[in-house]
Amino acid sequence: MSSLPLYNRLDLYLITAALLLAIGVYGLIRRRTLIGMLISGELIFSAASLNIMAFNRFTVHDPTVGQIFVLFIMGLAAAEVSIALSIIVAVYRNYRSVQTEELSELKG
Amino acid sequence: MNSFPAASAIATIVFVLCLITTAIGALIAVLSMRLIRSVCGLAICCIGLAGLYYFLNSPFLALMEILIYVGAVCVTIVFAVMLAEPEEPATHEKPAAAGFWGGTALAVGIAIFWGIGWLGTREAWSSPDKLTTDGSIQAIGRSLLTTYSLPFELISLALLVAILGALAIARTGRSKA
Repeated sequence: MSSLPLYNRLDLYLITAALLLAIGVYGLIRRRTLIGMLISGELIFSAASLNIMAFNRFTVHDPTVGQIFVLFIMGLAAAEVSIALSIIVAVYRNYRSVQTEELSELKG
Repeated sequence: MNSFPAASAIATIVFVLCLITTAIGALIAVLSMRLIRSVCGLAICCIGLAGLYYFLNSPFLALMEILIYVGAVCVTIVFAVMLAEPEEPATHEKPAAAGFWGGTALAVGIAIFWGIGWLGTREAWSSPDKLTTDGSIQAIGRSLLTTYSLPFELISLALLVAILGALAIARTGRSKA
C-alpha cells in the first residue's frame, strides 16, 4: 500500500474529507452569523462530495455513478445557497442584523 | 512508465499542494473574523478541491467545481455580504460563553475528525477487479441521458423552483421607495 504514489492512496482522501467535515462542523457550531454558518455548511457539502469521489475512484466498478452523484450534489448546493441567501437578505431587511443571537422574537 | 523525467515526483508535489490548499482554505473560511475573508477562504478551499478531483480521474468535476463553487456560489455569497452585512459588528458575546462554545466546537470537531479518520483507515478497502466503464466525459453524458435522465430533469426543476423561490422571498418586505 505504501509503495503507491501519494495521490493513489484512498486513505489520504478520506482523511482530507474527514478534516473538511470536522472544520465545517466546528464552524457551524462556532459561527454567530447566518452567512458564516452557510459557508460552514458548504464545507460540509464539499467533504461529502470528496468522500463520494474518493470511493468512486478506488472501490467501485462503474466510475460514472459517483461523478453524476457529485454533480447532483453541486446542483442542489447551488439551489440551497440561493434560497438561504434570499432568506438571509429578507431577515436582514426585517431585523437589520444577521447575528443569530438577535433573531428571537418568541422570548418570554 | 512516463517519458517525462520525474513526472511522478512532480505529480506528488502538486497533489500535496492541493491538499494544503484545501486544508488552509477551509481553516481560513472558519477561523477568520471578517466574513469577506471567510468567503475568500471558501474559494481557496474549492480550488484545492478541484485539484483533488483532477487527481481522482475526473477533470469534468474539477471544471464544475471551479465553475459552480468559485464562480457562482462564492460570488453569490459576496453579494449577500454586500447587501446584508456592511461590516462585521463586534461580538457582544461574553468571554465565558465564547470559551464554552469554542471548546465545545473544538471537541466536536476533533472527535469527528478522529472518529472518521479511524473508521476510514482501519482496514484496507476492497478494490474492484475490473471496471465496466472508463468514467470519461462521454460515459458521464451517456449515463446522464439514459440511466439518470429522470434525476437530471428533477434537478433542473429543483433549480427552477429555487430561482423562483429566491426571487419571491427576497422581494417581500422591500419598500416601494
